[in-house]
This record gives sequence, C-alpha cells and structure tokens, in this order.
Amino acid sequence: MSSTASAQTPASNLHIALVGNPNCGKTSLFNQLTGSRQKVANYAGVTVERKEGFFTTPNGRAIRVLDLPGAYSLDSTSPDEDVTRDVCLGRHPSEPQPQMLVAIISATNLRLHLRFLLELKQLGLPVIVALNMMDEARRNGLKIDVAGLQADLGMSIVPVVSLNRAGVIPLLQALDLPLPPPPAPLPAEIDPHMEVRRLLAAYVIDPSTGKDRLTDRLDRIFLHPVWGPVILLVVLFVMFQTVFAWAQPLMDGLDSGISTFGQIVLKPLPDGILHSLLADGVIAGAGTVIVFLPQILILFLWILALEESGYLPRAAFLLDRLMALAGLSGRSFIPLLSSFACAIPGIMAARTIQNPRDRLVTILIAPLMTCSARLPVYTLLIGAFVPHRTVLGIFGLQGLVLFGLYAVAIVSGVIAARVMTRGVKSEEHPLLLELPPYRRPNLKSLALGLWQRAVMFLSRVGTIIVSLNVLLWALSSFPLPPAGAPGAAIDYSLAGRIGHLMQWVFAPIGFNWQICVSLIPGLAAREVAVSALATVYAIGATDDGAADKLLPLLSTQWSMATAFSLLAWYVYAPQCISTLAVMRRETGSIKTVLWAAAYLFGLAYLAAFLTYHITRAITGVP
Amino acid sequence: MSRRHIHRGTELMLYLDTLPKGGHAVIEKIEQRAPLDPIATRLGELGFVPGEAVQVVATGPVGRDPIAVRLGTSRFALRRGEAARVGLRAVS
Repeated sequence: MSSTASAQTPASNLHIALVGNPNCGKTSLFNQLTGSRQKVANYAGVTVERKEGFFTTPNGRAIRVLDLPGAYSLDSTSPDEDVTRDVCLGRHPSEPQPQMLVAIISATNLRLHLRFLLELKQLGLPVIVALNMMDEARRNGLKIDVAGLQADLGMSIVPVVSLNRAGVIPLLQALDLPLPPPPAPLPAEIDPHMEVRRLLAAYVIDPSTGKDRLTDRLDRIFLHPVWGPVILLVVLFVMFQTVFAWAQPLMDGLDSGISTFGQIVLKPLPDGILHSLLADGVIAGAGTVIVFLPQILILFLWILALEESGYLPRAAFLLDRLMALAGLSGRSFIPLLSSFACAIPGIMAARTIQNPRDRLVTILIAPLMTCSARLPVYTLLIGAFVPHRTVLGIFGLQGLVLFGLYAVAIVSGVIAARVMTRGVKSEEHPLLLELPPYRRPNLKSLALGLWQRAVMFLSRVGTIIVSLNVLLWALSSFPLPPAGAPGAAIDYSLAGRIGHLMQWVFAPIGFNWQICVSLIPGLAAREVAVSALATVYAIGATDDGAADKLLPLLSTQWSMATAFSLLAWYVYAPQCISTLAVMRRETGSIKTVLWAAAYLFGLAYLAAFLTYHITRAITGVP
Repeated sequence: MSRRHIHRGTELMLYLDTLPKGGHAVIEKIEQRAPLDPIATRLGELGFVPGEAVQVVATGPVGRDPIAVRLGTSRFALRRGEAARVGLRAVS
C-alpha cells in the first residue's frame, strides 16, 4: 500500500482490479486513470507483467488499481489468465482479492466481451462495467440501450472513452459512490452464449452487421497473400533502418559524451587505481548501458506503435507459418529480428509474446541471433584468415563466410527452439489470435510505454551491468604487475591467471592463453574482446587502429584451426554478461539464466571443438 | 491439408479450414479432438458456437495457413488444425 493511500481514512481506501478481454482498451484506461503513478514488475515466479497504479477520485478516495492481464475467460489456458483468474477468485498466493472489479468491455465487440462479463458475475464481487469505445461505436451507427442493459445485467454501466482524460471522468465519479452489491450470478441452466444473444437482441441495434469498413479495407491489403508480405517487408526494413541509422548518431554522441564527461570529471584525479576504477569500471560500465538506450527506445517506439495500431497481430498472422518451423508462433518474429541488432532489446521485446512458453523459448534463443557486437570479432578473424578471393566469379569468399556464420546461427536457433518446444507436452500449439480493429496509436500510451521501458532498463538492468563491469575491471586489474615487469599488465591480474587456468579447458578447442585471457573482459561486451586481445599482445588497445595492427599479427601467430574455432565459439557463446542480466530480469529466474548459459556454452564448446579438429584435419596441421 | 468432407447420412459436412476465402457459413458444431480438448473449449469461449455466422476474410501467404475469420464483430487468426474443429452448415 502506498503512503499516499495510507494517509487517508481507512474507509476511503479502495483496492480495485481492471479486468477485461484483450483489446478492450484496458491498458489505455489504466494509463488514463493512473498517469505515471504506475509500478511495473512481474508476478512472483512467472513471466507475467504485473502493473499496479494509484489515483485519487474527485472526492478524494485513494484507489489502488491492479491492471490484470487480458483474459477471454476465467477458465484459463495460459499463465497470464491464471493470474487473472486467481486474483479474481482470491486464490493468488501473493495478491489479495480486490474489493471491486472494474470490468472493461468494448462497445465495438460486445458479443465477445459480454460473455466474459457474464462469467465475472459468478465471482460474488462488486463490479462496475466500463463500456469503452463508445465514440467509435457511435461512429459505426451502433445504438446501445445502456439503461436497459444495466438493469438487466444488475451491474452499473459507465460509458467511457479511454483515449482521453475527459472520457474517464464518468468512471472516476462512479468510483466515488458506495460499493454496489455483487451482481447475482447467471443461473447454471442458462447458456452464456444464448444469454449474450438475448442481451444483444434486446438492447443493441447494430446496423453494420459486424462490418468495420476501415478494418475490412485495410485487411484486404495487409493480409493479402502477395501485398501483405511485401508491405511487412517494407515495414520491417524501415523499422530496422531507423533502429540502426537513427540510433547510431545518438549512440556515438552518447558514447563520446560519456567519455568526455569521464575525462572532465576525472581530470583532477591522479592516475592510479581510483582513476582506473572510475574511468574503466564505473563510467565505461554505465556507458555500455546508456549507449543501448537509443536502440531500445526506437525499437520499442515501433513495437508499441505497431501493437497499438493493430498491425502487430497481422504481422504475426503473415509470419506464423515461418515461425511454426521453429515451433513458435508469429509473435516471436520481431523479438528475434531485433536480436540481430542486439539481444538486449530483443529479449525485452519478448514481452509482447503472450504465450509464456513461447516467450521463454524466444528469450532463450535470442542470443543465437547474431548481434552487431559480434561483427568486430568476425571482421577481424575473417580478415586475418579467410583469403580475399572471389567464388563463382561474383561472391567474395570473406562475405560468404560471414553469411555462413549468420546462417549457421539462425539454423541453430531454429533447431534449439524445436528441441525446446518439443519436450513440453505433445499438445497442439495454438495460434488462435484475435485480430483487433485498426486504431490510431495513442500518444500518451506510447510515451508512457517508452518511459517505462527506459526506467526499467536503466534501473534494473543498468545496476546489474554496472556492477558486473566493475567486477570485471577488478579481475582484469588486480593484482598489479610488479614494477618494470615485461608484457601486458592484464597478464599478471586475476583475469590473466584465470585465463591461463582456463587454457586447461580450452586447449582441446585450440585456444591459446591469450584468447582465454581476452575472453574475460569480453564478457562485458563481445566487441571488447578485440581490444582485450590487443592489450594481451601488448599493442595498446586504446587507439582505433588496434584491429588493423592485430590483423597481420594474428594471421602469423594463430593456426587457421584456432581462428575458425574462435569464430565458431563466437556464434554460440553466452559471451555477453548484459544479455544474461536482461534475461535474469525478464524471466525473474536465475535458474533459467544458468540453463541458458550452460546450453549456449555447451553448444559453443561443441561447435568450436568440431571446427578445430575438422579444420586441422583438412589443413593437415598437426 | 486435404479437403475434408465427411458424409453423415445424406448431408455433407463442411469444416472451417476448407471454407474458401470470402466464403460465409454458419457454425454447426465444435468438435473435440480429445476429451476436454483445450482448443475446442477456447474456440467456444471466443464465440465459436453453433448458430454464429463466420466468414473467411484472408488466408496466409504460405499454404493458405493460417486463416483469418470474421465472427460477428471480432476477427481471429486460426491455424488450419484449429479451424478443422469447426463444423459448418453451408449457406448458399
């Protein structure tokens, strides 16, 4: 209970829950009621988003409101709906039963939403019905006898328009009234579908016979077997173009801004351990977090807008067959595609997948989609070891190898997903996706959604990433090398020693101790491995030319088998601590993270092992 | 998927997965694939109940799967296996 609520007299406090079908406008109503006074988290032990908010009615009643996951029925088929059912029935282990429900039904989809409303009558809880989207219904020529319906249902009905503040005032006023008595449950002998039909016939005049001109017309284009996929491709292309192109200058700006900030702030400090801790540990660590933010926000702006407009379910429809190959549904496509930029926004985007098993599998295979941070490593090794040659006259061999690395990763992801989705019961994997009417996205909802993502990322994920970076910094810096010692300082550090020890594990896949040592700082971010290698080979990692200088050195010092083995390793390895941190945050389960790390590590080791030995056999190097 | 027309007496039973794009029909029944078939139950909760009119508004780009169906004021995407549970009574 918030402090604002407990400051009121007990009688004026009220704990309510919003219940309704998906696409009834529940979330936008929640946003209108609570504004930014929201707390977003997960329900204990499940990957279901828990949203709670606070607001005060015109007469000063403090209300705590829980936005329950959208449900079609209390007879649940998913952990989302489990939460809704358990909270409504007062069975949830960590949530008290609300004192009253606000059931949201859309005037544009009464047939579906009234049925669920009838189910809610059985709960024995007071219910206020918020009849949403009245403006749209009126435009469609729909006439609803609200007074008649209200009397027949035995629940008070408040017409609302959840798109603006004025539209929810009637509901705020209704919440000032004394709690209504719980409605009488529907007698068991009455079929709810028949009851809905009766109610519709008695109180609703719908001249449109279900046709929604705009939605029908748009669906003819967007779901067209030829134009649909073409438009989707264009949308995705523009989307990722903006994620890369718009985000890049912002990211570069932030990057240089942070390092300038570091230089200015740390200028008075003498060189030494404290300087190094703040510069290389804290500021560099925070930098890696903040630099991701533009990409995450642009991606989420797209996803939220596509979701709100109703296009995202259509994309899922078009891609369902493709994703079925991996045992997933169309909803997994955008998170996976995003993961090619970076697994972090990809894993966060998996929030839009309702089916929890699909969501988990998508999160688990997201690291297999080759993220952009792997490119520097790929470029370095391919440049050093793959001859610059053309194949079949037009293809560069180096480009082909790069393409091959991406392809292998995708195929592995599909296979991994298939394996993970197979074991779980042999039940049919349902799609059964509602295609809601197209709507203009609401700016307030978009802004709130983006704000929540930014806060969540910076506060929850950021703290983990910064602390891990500081830890890695300490490992790579201590103990200090003895004065005048030859070689790189990192070689004398704990990380250096661990690297040497790791060689015992990594020798069978052809890694020398220099690689092992560079893998440790590479945990902070994959691309750091390149500069770490430069450090280990005492080239000096700070300047941009590190990769150029490394290239000839590596091609003489490493065998081809070692280089290819490292490439294979990088396709799979759970190298990026930030990814694991965001996985931990999104699934709420350290077990899942350990499992993901173990399976990716196993795959990486196996792939590197095979690559190493096969390459050795082919090249004839002992 | 092959077209399934099952003869019951003299009547021809048509299923939603075989209804062509643009085709209208009225639902006759929902078939359970197993006892307490969760998909059949969910279809019922979504409003796929005998007597309701359905129309196929779109079919997927690959293998005409999934299909998009209008049911009253709602639209749903169904995989063919799901739609095959919905028995129809054809309307001319």
